[in-house]
Amino acid sequence: MSDLMKQSPYGVFLDHCKKGELAYQVNADDGKAFFYPRVVAPVTGSEKIEWRVSKGLGTVYATTVVYTKDQPPHNVALIDVDEGFRMMSRVEEVDPLGVKIGMRVKVKMHPGDEKQPTYPVFTPAGGGK
Amino acid sequence: MSGLKRGSVAVVGAAESDLGQVAPHTSPVDLMAQATMRALDDCGLKLSEIDGVFSAATQVRTAPMTLSEYLRIKPGYFDGTTIGGSSFMTHVAHAQAAIEHGLCEVALIAYGSTQRSVSRAAASPREPNPYENPYRPFMPASAYAMAAARHMHQYGTTREQLAEVAVAARKWALLNPKAWEKEPLTVEQVLKSRMVSYPFTVRDCCLVVDGGGAVILTSAARAKSLKKKPAYVLGVGESLSHASISSMPDLTVSAAAVSGPKAFKMAGLKPSDINMLSLYDAFTITPLLFLEDLGFCPKGEGGRFVASGAIAPGGKLPVNTSGGGLSYCHPGMYGLLVIIEAVRQVRGECDKRQVKNCEVALAHGNGGVLSSQCTVLFGGPSTV
Repeated sequence: MSDLMKQSPYGVFLDHCKKGELAYQVNADDGKAFFYPRVVAPVTGSEKIEWRVSKGLGTVYATTVVYTKDQPPHNVALIDVDEGFRMMSRVEEVDPLGVKIGMRVKVKMHPGDEKQPTYPVFTPAGGGK
Repeated sequence: MSGLKRGSVAVVGAAESDLGQVAPHTSPVDLMAQATMRALDDCGLKLSEIDGVFSAATQVRTAPMTLSEYLRIKPGYFDGTTIGGSSFMTHVAHAQAAIEHGLCEVALIAYGSTQRSVSRAAASPREPNPYENPYRPFMPASAYAMAAARHMHQYGTTREQLAEVAVAARKWALLNPKAWEKEPLTVEQVLKSRMVSYPFTVRDCCLVVDGGGAVILTSAARAKSLKKKPAYVLGVGESLSHASISSMPDLTVSAAAVSGPKAFKMAGLKPSDINMLSLYDAFTITPLLFLEDLGFCPKGEGGRFVASGAIAPGGKLPVNTSGGGLSYCHPGMYGLLVIIEAVRQVRGECDKRQVKNCEVALAHGNGGVLSSQCTVLFGGPSTV
């Protein structure tokens, strides 16, 4: 049972991020993973939700490179994480245009800054196509 | 949606507001009101006869209320459904339901935006999303860019093929005196323009202009006595798929694959019955996806289809004859102008860009990041 007086889905997610963990949820009734974190499972509305920590490996599903005036171009990607959910992220430590669909990637935590709390990004894990 | 009756209502008045770059301090509601009076003039109805108001705008949170105050009308029925650029196709469907059930008789759908004057960031501020905003996607372009990247990966679609959508739109725009863009455009120019969000350059992206529009709907019975040829609503289909791009199930398949068949079923028509398409072209990938998802070419063939010249002037399937959001105008939520062009084609009012014997036109709206998809089929008097 969720208790929004005590904690929020994003709050729990963020606590995991601070420990270097990529957290996601699973519907305990059918075992299906979902993301972003919610107070009820999508489709069924079940409140039997379990938090899990991902092994942090995934595959690039889609990718783009954003060009802004004042900063170097940066990658934005959708990652299919191995446990069965998709999330937006950024693949770092590689030329942004070198991020390819099908590439295997591994999570790491970006420290964030005073405005943006810590958040998960990915780096190439080797393998994939 | 099958509860609605084919041809029970018609668009009887349609007009744009001033488009492009309006005078300083113009408000979005000024544009709505201007377009409303032009649309009323188009059909011969009076302001006092409007008893249903449908509106949505990013700069006006309570659009039906604010517009009603401005016009000093007291509609008995109103609807502010806001699902992005396709809101107005949804308003057509909802207005049809309201008119059929006697909740209103004369429905106004209106829109206005001053996004060029005040900047996109001011006109459409981003909502908080802790799972996307940290990555600084340039929205909405980056979402559509990822859909394009996925289509290129799965089907071999090329940047050149995407550019053909922009080139076709520009060719049509040169036939439309109201279009923002006045110069020809080549595939090479599209590819060499400033990169925005790969694979899109600025020429793969819709314009950012001020503007608005209005349409008036009433019952088919009443439509017959008005000034212009009615554009009957033959079919409508609405669908919501997701809100954020991270939650779109398959980036190469839009919910047009749901809304289109609903509209065709209600109308008793099929894609080959359609004489022209007005497709929301926020980015070059969108008409391509909608041609596939609405059944005008097989899935994955959109790139080759548009590169054949099919959608350009002289092609076998006229698409976005106004010049579209890419070259005619795109004041934020552009869907109402998508409707207006389809209505004008059915009425035969499009002069140099008029599609011959245009009896049935399809207007397809897209909202958010491929999130909401709504299809409306309009037909002339021969279709009812």
